Amino acid sequence: MHMPSKITLGSAAAFLLFVGWAAAVQPAAAIPEAPTEAPPGALVTKIVYIGKRYPEPLPLSLLDKPLTDEGVQGARLAIKENNMTGRLIEQHFELVEVVAKATEDIVPKVKAELASGNGLIVADLEPSDLLAVVDLPEAKDAVIFNTRSSRDELRQEECRINLFHIIPNWAMRADALAQYLSWKKWRRWFVIHGTTPGDVEYLAAIRRAANKFGAKIVLERSYEFDAGSRRTDSGHQQIQTQMPMLTQGAPEYDVIFVADAGEAFGDYLMFRTYEPRPVVGSQGLQAVAWHRSFEQYAGTQLQNRFEKQAKRFMTERDFTAWLAVRVVGEAVTRSGKNKPEEVNDFILSPDFEVAGFKGVGLTFRKWDHQMRQPILLSGPRTLVSISPQDGFLHQKFLTDTLGFDEPETKCRFKK
Amino acid sequence: MKRFIPAAAFAAAFSLVDVDPASAATIFVSNEKDNTVTVIDSETLEVVKTIETGARPRGRVLTPDFKELLVCAGDDNRLDVVDTETLEIVRTLESGPDPELLDVDPKGERIYIANEDEGYVTVIERVSGKVLAEIPVGVEPEGMAVSPDNAFTVATSEQTSMAHFIDNETFKVTANVLVDTRPRVAEFTRDGKLVWVSAEIGGTVAVIDPGTHKIIKKFGFEIPGVRRELIQPMGIRFTLDGKTAFVALSTANRVAVVDVATYAIKDYILVGQRPWHMALGPDGKKLYVANGLTNDMTIVDVATLKPEKSVPVGRLPWGVVIKP
Repeated sequence: MHMPSKITLGSAAAFLLFVGWAAAVQPAAAIPEAPTEAPPGALVTKIVYIGKRYPEPLPLSLLDKPLTDEGVQGARLAIKENNMTGRLIEQHFELVEVVAKATEDIVPKVKAELASGNGLIVADLEPSDLLAVVDLPEAKDAVIFNTRSSRDELRQEECRINLFHIIPNWAMRADALAQYLSWKKWRRWFVIHGTTPGDVEYLAAIRRAANKFGAKIVLERSYEFDAGSRRTDSGHQQIQTQMPMLTQGAPEYDVIFVADAGEAFGDYLMFRTYEPRPVVGSQGLQAVAWHRSFEQYAGTQLQNRFEKQAKRFMTERDFTAWLAVRVVGEAVTRSGKNKPEEVNDFILSPDFEVAGFKGVGLTFRKWDHQMRQPILLSGPRTLVSISPQDGFLHQKFLTDTLGFDEPETKCRFKK
Repeated sequence: MKRFIPAAAFAAAFSLVDVDPASAATIFVSNEKDNTVTVIDSETLEVVKTIETGARPRGRVLTPDFKELLVCAGDDNRLDVVDTETLEIVRTLESGPDPELLDVDPKGERIYIANEDEGYVTVIERVSGKVLAEIPVGVEPEGMAVSPDNAFTVATSEQTSMAHFIDNETFKVTANVLVDTRPRVAEFTRDGKLVWVSAEIGGTVAVIDPGTHKIIKKFGFEIPGVRRELIQPMGIRFTLDGKTAFVALSTANRVAVVDVATYAIKDYILVGQRPWHMALGPDGKKLYVANGLTNDMTIVDVATLKPEKSVPVGRLPWGVVIKP
């Protein structure tokens, strides 16, 4: 006998709950996340992220965690953002993630994507793999974004017409620091470099920057350091004696300019040099496209969105992958066209610019396809400055004072 | 007893010749980095009070009855409601995440809020704080303007580079107008017929006809000796007669003066660094400009277009609003 009344009561309660829910919760429930599926009739753009699990050394600092999703997280976030815009204008973006194991060849995987007609590619690859991909005959009409390699040659003799560079090259980084050092009047540099290919490439860029901005390299010293002491209890004692030895006996200098692209020892120079001098370069004061402490020009917004998604800080490679996907999003949203040739034409046209939280619109240099951009100069925990510095003039883009300007380009695109 | 402050005495003396005492108004400046609102007497230009708000106060608006000041506390995900008589925060309203800018309808009943981190607009009932709608728009919504006839609301989204038109009855987005990169502010002309949208990175202002949702005019700025990329249009204000517009140009450290009929640039007024948002005094004679990087507010005489004074406020001043 109690049953019906219970049911009635329950229904009433459920009804009230429903009304309450409808009144209070419904609007919130109506908010879709960025759409994950294309609505019917939408213009669908597929962007392929290609990466490879290269063996990477453990970061020197415990503060930096080894990451397995660096780069791709930025691409994922940008896809979401493209779709928030896309949902308003019947466009949809999808990310195709293709990641090779350390021992695997990336090329067949990319071939398969190209065969399916996916020619918009974010390449988080080292130079040899990158060139193997861009030189595929099938990739002739593709648009490939380099988000990882800073190698200058890829913008010079080894440039390719289907390759665009989001990440700054070594010359841009060295020039960005050189402008700041010149403004500080710290013009005597003691260069310490490692011996890996990246170290040697950065060293060449430092020499070039010194020449370009009138600084003097008082001494170059190479250093090979197998950091066996990394994360061991007594490591600091060995480092404490090695770093003064490495840095003593140099002529008068203002800064140590370190080229340690692989991050094997550069962080150890700080506070341990023979003379009390600041450290700049690949460590210390770094020239980067992104830094986890950067908050200007609404950068906070991007940091927040990224951290919410990835549950970690945004790295430079996350940022460049984000920006590459945003470049495609911006081109397709504005032009309404998404074939690789059409994207290529639009991003090289005067109508194109993309916002990347640097306070200016970002565009590509026509002569080598490098994205021109301000460069952050960041200490380990805070932003120090942004280059180009005031007073370094250029008739067209101030950002073209960083890296290879048109008159000095060695890039000759072959169709 | 007030302490004798020479600067204030000077300001008071200054105001005797320049400002009609009957028109004394209260100026509110939101200071993004200090988590405060500076309250300034328009006559003496003295700081009356510094109100501590929630974290990261940016957008601010007065209700049409001027009784309440609503401040977006972005990092605390709420609106602080300031009683404009007592200058106390009397209540807070749930705003949805990361409120940046907001507007109130002409009746003072609803508040439209841009939720920057989440990409939607929250509409709440002013009295009860009840959420009436959450409307998805583009990435990083910022600019908010309710049309003077209360029929629709314009929201701009920075990363999407669009102005979204929202029907105030159905809460549906009825049109999306692509503008130049990073649109920041939407402002209706005095006659309510057109809406101006500033694009920070694009360096332009788009004038949109809400009837057709078409851009009828787009114009940029050229200042001799100032690089194009430093010219970043931000806040927009119209004079009371609607004939002249002021556009703050952020990193160009200037406010542009635009003839509304012809869109010709009449002048550039040098102010502090990074002029951001502005407000016009109730009598329309002065323009008050928040300078983000010099932590001050420039007062511009509207008749002569001369910057007259600079008043220190809090750190990273973001916006100004004035109660008659």
